[in-house]
Amino acid sequence: MKNIHRRIRAARKNLRAAWELFCGGTVAQSRAAHEERSGEDMPKSELEVSRRRLLAAGTAAAMIGAAPHAQAQSRPANQKASPQRSVSFEVNGKPCSLQLDTRTTLLDALREHLRLTGTKKGCDHGQCGACTVIVNGVRINSCLTLAVMHEGDRITTIEGLGQPEHLHPMQAAFVKHDGYQCGYCTPGQICSAVAVLDEIKAGIPSHVSVDLTASPEITNIEVRERMSGNICRCGAYSNIAEAIAEVAGSKS
Amino acid sequence: MKEFTYERATSAEQAAVKARQTPGAKFIAGGTNLLDLMKLEIETPQHLIDVNGLGFDKFESTPEGGLRIGALVTNTALAADMRIRRDYAVLSRALLAGASGQLRNKATTAGNLLQRTRCPYFYDTNQPCNKRSPGSGCAAIAGFSRQLGVLGVSDACIATHPSDMAVAMRALDAEVETIDPEGKTRRIPVADLHRLPGDTPHLETTLGPGELITAVTLPPPIGGQHVYRKVRDRASYAFALVSVAAVLQRDGSGRVAIGGIAPKPWRVEAAETELPRGPKAFAARLLADAKPTASNAFKVPLVERTVAAAINEARQP
Repeated sequence: MKNIHRRIRAARKNLRAAWELFCGGTVAQSRAAHEERSGEDMPKSELEVSRRRLLAAGTAAAMIGAAPHAQAQSRPANQKASPQRSVSFEVNGKPCSLQLDTRTTLLDALREHLRLTGTKKGCDHGQCGACTVIVNGVRINSCLTLAVMHEGDRITTIEGLGQPEHLHPMQAAFVKHDGYQCGYCTPGQICSAVAVLDEIKAGIPSHVSVDLTASPEITNIEVRERMSGNICRCGAYSNIAEAIAEVAGSKS
Repeated sequence: MKEFTYERATSAEQAAVKARQTPGAKFIAGGTNLLDLMKLEIETPQHLIDVNGLGFDKFESTPEGGLRIGALVTNTALAADMRIRRDYAVLSRALLAGASGQLRNKATTAGNLLQRTRCPYFYDTNQPCNKRSPGSGCAAIAGFSRQLGVLGVSDACIATHPSDMAVAMRALDAEVETIDPEGKTRRIPVADLHRLPGDTPHLETTLGPGELITAVTLPPPIGGQHVYRKVRDRASYAFALVSVAAVLQRDGSGRVAIGGIAPKPWRVEAAETELPRGPKAFAARLLADAKPTASNAFKVPLVERTVAAAINEARQP
């Protein structure tokens, strides 16, 4: 009997830990947040339903091996914690300081630690471009760079380019030209497109530039070559190219 | 990804000493290849030494009239530099034919030279691979070897070096500058930087423990028509099946290095003496020792045709 009570206590503790992991706060904090949002007490039944959902979510996450924090928590006490390091950079104009496992990519720092989920994880190997962000004015794959290597950097994500009430011209052009279907690659496409126009303006040639020493022009073929690191599985390429052409002020 | 500790290097000498002293240490610069491999646990460094910030991101003219490219110059910055575009166009063209805009913005000159093969069996940790796991065997030789090497290969490994940039550097007779943990510097011709696999395909370069590349030096410009021709499965953002870096002179002589067919950029100076006789004679000499598999035998005629196309391109007014 005593054993059963101990196991129930352990199970509750695990549940609280899982709640904190997936909901970003304690059960009490979640309840308080809900009450603040809705102006009413959170019914116990809703919490119960949420807990059941949570358990299902936890199982799914465990199955796909997507719970590194949970693994860290289950580390035996005699093992050293994984190496951590602090880093400070600016994201969308706001300074932020993070204490991170050294393995954290810039992509995971943005999504999992700063909750900027606009930047997407596609392949996580630099092949699809969904994670493209602009660092110090230059587009990069945020999945192939460690967050701790960005001390002092200025990072712009899709959230920093524009918001629904004041879209960046490139965001507005993607909407107007239907430059997406499922939308998953879109934040990367837009960040890449903004940087592509800057690269052309800066005179950086491309594989399709006929005269290597001339200033490159903004043509359809130039844009397509330069956007080749952003894959769109829905195949919205022609509309993406039209959106970019409109922002560039070119119709060719 | 396996755990690792991380530090920012404060000087090249300190970085080289630290790399030799620390078990499982590796340098990291752009990280575009290393992190990819670390996520797959093909690379499992215990300590990373970040060499960004050492100031090796500049160009300098050399006293001989050449150009010294800092090891940390990004692929984009190198391709876009007007001296490269004007005097070493084959290098600019090669860089622009490789990877994607995002990757070129991060990848560095030294990192590009030291990138690992993209052999699918090297990447698949369920398969034997002598390069990844010495002595385990090679699944590629009897496997899907369409992308893999036909020259310089061995019974232990048929992986290719995937760089475009290195092929142009080979044609230009570039040299790599390094510093070792004793603080000694040396210059290594790009031709001698990569080893052939032999029985030890896991040993890929002639760099010593802790030795750090600080720059790549280009000799004075040699003029001529510069062409980089890359044949691949799609028009952009794919590795070469065959690539040709050519610097051709009006008298029909020239230099031709080939990518996508060997564990290092492949250039045979003796074959270049055949160039005035045409691409067939050149390719016959270059490929005399080719050992293709059934799946990549197409690369042998493809080299000849790609060289022919490059020569034609160079003759265009």
